Amino acid sequence: MSSISDPPKGSFRLSMLFNDTRYRSLTFQAIAAILLALAIWYLGSNLIENLRQAGLNISYGFLGNPSGYDINQSLIEYDSQSSHARAAVVGVLNTLLVAILACITATVFGVLAGVLRLSKNWLVRKLMAFYVEIFRNIPVLIWIIIIFTIVTAVLPGARAYLGDDPDRDMLLGLFAFTNRGVYTPSPFFTNGFGGAEGSGLNWLLIMAALVASYIGTRFVISNANKTQEATGVRPKTFWINLAIWLVPVSVLCFILGLQWDLPDPLANRFNLQGGIQIGAPLIALWFALSIYTGAFIAENVRAGILAVSKGQTEAAASLGLRSNRIMSLVVLPQALRVIIPPLISQYLNITKNSSLAIAVGYADVTATLGGITLNQTGRAIECILLLMLFYLTISLVISAVMNVYNNSVKLKER
Amino acid sequence: MSDTHAHAIAFVREEPLPQLAPPATERGIIKWLRENLFATVPNAILTIVSAYVIYSVLAGVLPWIFNGVWDADSLAECREILDGTTGACFGVLAERWPQLVFGLAYPSEEYWRPTLALLLLVIAGAPVLFFDLPRKMLIFSALYPFIAYWLIWGGTILAPLVALAGFVGGYFVYARYVKDSFALGFLGGVIAAMIIWWIGGVIIPEGASDNALLPSVQSRDMGGFMLNMMLGVTCVSLSVPIGIILALGRQSSMPLIKWICVVFIEFIRGVPLITLLFVASVMLAYFFPPESTVDLFLRVVIMITMFSSAYIAEVIRGGLAALPTGQYEAADSLGLDYAQSMRLIILPQALKISIPGIVNIAVGLFKDTTLVSVISMFDIVGMIRGPILSSTEWNGVYWELLGFASLLFFVVCYGISQYSQWLERRLATEHR
Repeated sequence: MSSISDPPKGSFRLSMLFNDTRYRSLTFQAIAAILLALAIWYLGSNLIENLRQAGLNISYGFLGNPSGYDINQSLIEYDSQSSHARAAVVGVLNTLLVAILACITATVFGVLAGVLRLSKNWLVRKLMAFYVEIFRNIPVLIWIIIIFTIVTAVLPGARAYLGDDPDRDMLLGLFAFTNRGVYTPSPFFTNGFGGAEGSGLNWLLIMAALVASYIGTRFVISNANKTQEATGVRPKTFWINLAIWLVPVSVLCFILGLQWDLPDPLANRFNLQGGIQIGAPLIALWFALSIYTGAFIAENVRAGILAVSKGQTEAAASLGLRSNRIMSLVVLPQALRVIIPPLISQYLNITKNSSLAIAVGYADVTATLGGITLNQTGRAIECILLLMLFYLTISLVISAVMNVYNNSVKLKER
Repeated sequence: MSDTHAHAIAFVREEPLPQLAPPATERGIIKWLRENLFATVPNAILTIVSAYVIYSVLAGVLPWIFNGVWDADSLAECREILDGTTGACFGVLAERWPQLVFGLAYPSEEYWRPTLALLLLVIAGAPVLFFDLPRKMLIFSALYPFIAYWLIWGGTILAPLVALAGFVGGYFVYARYVKDSFALGFLGGVIAAMIIWWIGGVIIPEGASDNALLPSVQSRDMGGFMLNMMLGVTCVSLSVPIGIILALGRQSSMPLIKWICVVFIEFIRGVPLITLLFVASVMLAYFFPPESTVDLFLRVVIMITMFSSAYIAEVIRGGLAALPTGQYEAADSLGLDYAQSMRLIILPQALKISIPGIVNIAVGLFKDTTLVSVISMFDIVGMIRGPILSSTEWNGVYWELLGFASLLFFVVCYGISQYSQWLERRLATEHR
């Protein structure tokens, strides 16, 4: 510190606040702090004055009041007597539902299109390039509206499926595609817990069985790996794994008495009865988000595969690997490292874009908390703050989870 | 010699055989087909499936387009002309063209003004986008915002002139003092501009806009694709400088400034644009002084600019991080101070690296301007979903309208992304 060029101590002048590197950063930070405080004070005093003039205050009490509106699609029990808070929770669950569904299908579309864009087939290559360009260059809002219009204006009404001699037959007798949404069979349990009403416990049991199956297959695979390393021969695991996946769940379903409630076209003259109705807004939003984001993911996948140098493929080929094993053992693991980070941000984009649900009337959290609740109660500030808090949390959680995964596939350098 | 040779052996060909053409499967279109479309059995199946997909799309769309009706005043009339055959009803585009482009309430005798502004935008944007054009044209680009404001909003010419004078005055003060210190020059420039604007605010008479050369038009009367263009151009051009400042702030060694920038960027990137637009439409008014009325367009511009500047900041941060440390150290060892090293060494290189990313953000932002239709501004999507589809004449004409909007966005966005790719090739000066 005490080099020759340092000015003698004790001769502090005001200009040193700006010219001396020892104090300058403190000066600038002090100025920034003052400006920030001034801005906050200015905005805050305006806010308080405006609220006072409008006779409002900031309070979250309205969340406990009955909401007074219905939601057509809800994962949990909800009616118009439920509270605004419950409506918000319904919205949150709906947001998560459509986001998760769209993430899965967008990944499928994206990987397919990205791999096919690198195909040796000229026509397929061009077709996929066309898909990517068309979907990337038109706003997602327009896609959502277009697909919603296809669902509501092109598909027939529920009446087409009704009666003894319907205009249209249900697909396999199970699915009905109407302009109000898709009717699918819904499962229920005849000797499960909770009697005829059913209970979440049944589903928990099935989930537990699936988790156990997963652990079982991991065990089988690690055993197979050990055998392969010891003897050089890999035992066949496919059938064992299949059995581990299927048998416990089937037995459990049999014991619980799984039955399917089919959409019934003969129940009345106005609508299909029974089954699960997946509403048209959900389908439009789900499909539009997947196919739009799929185009972006396709580009990421393509870039990732191209980023693996050709020497890797050639080296693998000279080791005698066949082309599908080259893909799965050499190219994809390296490409994943490039693909995962942009994929994370695409998943975040899906979650954020799912807020466009409001354009087609899907009851996500923006539509319930930020839409109807806000308009009914007039609590703009509270509603929007809660809304932002929710999205912020989701974003941070997705980033955190994906970063953990990203670190696990990262190049391990010694 | 040749005689004996010819006699000794029964037959000798004297001239070479003409070259045979390669086998039919190894030349021309057949070879191409075999290699590119039918190399293997799965490949052939893929080809046939794709061909079928293309055929069915074209078979559905082409008759619809070519059989389209352009002169009809309502859907009913259109159906009458079509008489049961398939065909689009483009009459809606012909009849509602001004509404789709300029919105509901922009006075029709003033349509030339936004059109002229758009043409001038091309001239003003050209030198920014293409470096080979004469640099003198940048002067017009700098003047363009004021000209465009005057053309589109109209009213007294004094307002944009005073704004311009503020910038010019600020620039002169900045240029005078920047040699001593960047901070001094910058601060002086800002103060000079503020003083000029304040004086201007005092001297512009009340009601100056009443009998102006160009009648003034309110922001709320603007709509259609013009609104998308206005929002896109304004917000992108505003958010690039703010994004640079945020990116530099995030890299700063001063913890408080870094902390402010990080919180701002991560907050904005963590919430959807729709919530920010909600803030603009219902919440932002609470934060302005009670008596002021800030119009919705300005509030939306503020929020979208904040949104895109956070994203642009991240792109530029990537560019800054991609520069080798040697560049920073070289700037330091030349004795440049922070502002000089950033202005002369770091930013020119970092911005060059980040141009493709910035263009991507710009395309995304331009597409996102359609979201303003959710807060009941009548941009092109808002016009289609609102006034046009709910009118009695055109109730049910979805495809023509949505197709038209898609086409407009596709042309603009595809054009920008092609430009970005061209620029990337153009700027790739090393590692060939």
